[in-house]
Amino acid sequence: MSTATAQKRGFGAVLWDYLTTVDHKKIAHLYLFGGGFFFILGGLEALLIRIQLIKPENDFLSAGLYNEMITMHGTTMIFLAAMPLLLALMNAIMPLQIGARDVAFPFLNALGFWLFMLGGLLLNLSWIMGDAPDSGWTAYTPLATESPGHGLDYYVLGLQISGAGTLMGGINFLATIVTMRAPGMTYMRMPLFTWTTFVTSTLILFAFPALTVGLFLLMFDRMFDSAFFDVTLGGNSIIWQHLFWIFGHPEVYILILPVFGIFSEVFATFSKKRLFGYTAMVFATMLIAFLGFMVWAHHMFTVGLGPVANSIFAVATMAIAVPTGIKIFNWLATMWGGNITVSTAMLYALGFIPSFTIGGMTGVMLASSVADYQYHDSYFVVAHFHYVIVGGTVFGILAGLHYWWPKMFGRVLNETLGKITFWLFFFGFHLTFFIQHFLGLMGMPRRYWVFLKDQDLDLGNLISSLGALLMGVGGILFLINIIYTAAKGEKASADPFDGRTLEWAVSSPPPYYNFKQLPLVRGLDSLWIEKREGNGKLKPAEPLGDVHMPNGSILPFIMSVGFTIAGVGFIYQPDNRTWLLAVFIGMGIALGSMLIRSLKDDHGYYISKEELEKEAD
Amino acid sequence: MSHDHSLNPETMPQEPEKATLEGKNKFFGLWFFLGGETVLFASFFGTFLALRNSTANGPTGDEIFGLELVFIMTMLLLTSSLTSVYAMYHMKNNDFKKMQLWLAVTAFLGIGFLGCEIYEFYHYITDFGFTFRSSAFGSAFYTLVGFHGGHVVFGLSWLIALLVRNAKRGLNLYNAPKFNTFSLYWHFIDVVWVFIFTVVYLMGKVG
Repeated sequence: MSTATAQKRGFGAVLWDYLTTVDHKKIAHLYLFGGGFFFILGGLEALLIRIQLIKPENDFLSAGLYNEMITMHGTTMIFLAAMPLLLALMNAIMPLQIGARDVAFPFLNALGFWLFMLGGLLLNLSWIMGDAPDSGWTAYTPLATESPGHGLDYYVLGLQISGAGTLMGGINFLATIVTMRAPGMTYMRMPLFTWTTFVTSTLILFAFPALTVGLFLLMFDRMFDSAFFDVTLGGNSIIWQHLFWIFGHPEVYILILPVFGIFSEVFATFSKKRLFGYTAMVFATMLIAFLGFMVWAHHMFTVGLGPVANSIFAVATMAIAVPTGIKIFNWLATMWGGNITVSTAMLYALGFIPSFTIGGMTGVMLASSVADYQYHDSYFVVAHFHYVIVGGTVFGILAGLHYWWPKMFGRVLNETLGKITFWLFFFGFHLTFFIQHFLGLMGMPRRYWVFLKDQDLDLGNLISSLGALLMGVGGILFLINIIYTAAKGEKASADPFDGRTLEWAVSSPPPYYNFKQLPLVRGLDSLWIEKREGNGKLKPAEPLGDVHMPNGSILPFIMSVGFTIAGVGFIYQPDNRTWLLAVFIGMGIALGSMLIRSLKDDHGYYISKEELEKEAD
Repeated sequence: MSHDHSLNPETMPQEPEKATLEGKNKFFGLWFFLGGETVLFASFFGTFLALRNSTANGPTGDEIFGLELVFIMTMLLLTSSLTSVYAMYHMKNNDFKKMQLWLAVTAFLGIGFLGCEIYEFYHYITDFGFTFRSSAFGSAFYTLVGFHGGHVVFGLSWLIALLVRNAKRGLNLYNAPKFNTFSLYWHFIDVVWVFIFTVVYLMGKVG
């Protein structure tokens, strides 16, 4: 199933294959391309924002367009770029790491992807319709309920659809890890990336429904004249803020925990050492996730919840620094005395530690509810969350892509290009955001489309904008690297980095059934154990037999199209009731496909033992 | 590994709903889904609690709620949960006919509940002019109770599709997990109703 055979099949066949696939490895490719597409889009929006702010009183973007730009940049990057890129890596690697042949619900996996993709496209359709959301990615009411046009309607429906897809992904990973671990793979032998996938999925499961509810309330207020946020009828705007942040704070841990897992794998592999403090790492992950649900009101310190509530949330927020600190020191201790190879993935990991620590430190500063009155809604906040999201999540995604690219595509990304990309991106990143701490402390508010000159903000903004351009160059170089690798890259062996975990025991890319025989896991870092104590090959846990595989299906795609059509109908039905027709048609398509899925038996198929014997090892 | 999913009393495993990997996955997957649903309803309850006194000079809960009807609805739904337990009991004993019977009873009780709820909403709207748009309380009430009602509708459609599809097939390892996951979902809807009964109606009357 290499790309070479895929090319021979012709474009139509490949397209059909990807539209109907339920294979976790191909869905990972889809998530990567989908997330990558939105990452480029969000990146362009970021560049336009920085061009507008390159000099005082610039008129490159109008105030309204600027509002749309910041809203779409934030929304796109969080929901449509960062999370899907992480889901791509989880899909590609987690089943291999636990020795499974696929995820628990392959059909649901495909449905989750298509809902995300079409929800994201629906959200971005707003650009083409000339009506993008403009109330910030947080969509605070009553600004969001009063925002004219259909921008916020696109926001509500687009996020509702793509959020449902993400929720499915979370449930799927949870069930997979609970039921499908290979023999011997106990919970405390799972690689850290699998652990963080597991904990992240729990966060998705418990955080996303709060957003679902918030979006429903906003939708009802905007489209059906309900009164949740309408103060004249007794509504309350603060409800939106609570619901949004009950989702929104765990969301930032959804973004950061998986990359903690990625870095744990990268540090261990390239230091040729077992991860220091594995057990502490696992429990720190759980503690961060738990505390992540306890701190949402620190986004609302200036709302006026009162000193008691503010103090409780401030202390809880500061407490998160403890498990995070445990992690930082464990990574440092993993490298200590190790045989370190500074590959591109390792460079990102090394760059992550100081960058993320700065972000964590400003996080503790912001957690102080008294001082927060000064920082609130200033560029200090912007600097803080970009330090954790870019310095953490984006570095982590890039490290993960360099590390697992051979496993996903069978070719190793070019190291020289990779290292140049890293340095451009690293310097660009610090140039862009470090200065923003000071801009914020000097009083520059976030989300304003211009600033006045001669207020000591000119130079800082210029530097910041130049840094953003440097990051843009880094991004382009990464794309060039991908294209170069696809054309001329070095073919990857099964284990190009001398890895420690199960995914390196199968060929690159793995056969579509992953494991001919399920492996027997004898401890943590199972492949490493076999390399040291065995013959470097995993012992099979079962005799060679028939392998059960799920059937592909076009239904996930059709269902998602149905929901998207219904979404468009919902957006425009307040203008003209005939749009309700689109709602009914769309829901009919979606529910009809669900019914077909329920009524038609799908037992999957078996790869026979004889066929498996013919395949080379 | 058997490709044959049919069952007879001799080959019947202890827990047919969890005997296959697919069945186990469905079982865990549904439990996780219910975890998410819990947060969903908790958010609706939180919203309702914040807005339940925001009646904007419109009707209050105390004025409109009639506990008699709600009591009947509660009994219908609680009983339907019990009958779905009977159905699962018979499933584990591989008694397909009795399972069908109790599931059909469950469906009728569910339809009865739904009928009462539709009447209840109709009554509020026509007799009190209490609508989704009257006040923040109205919006929160209809959203919370309506979402629960929507779950009942979905559950009933699910149950009826299952019953019709498997009417002549008997029990096997492929459909046993499906019946079981439905029953878990139905219990959950019941639990949510218990909270609605307490938080919306009892507290609306007394609190």
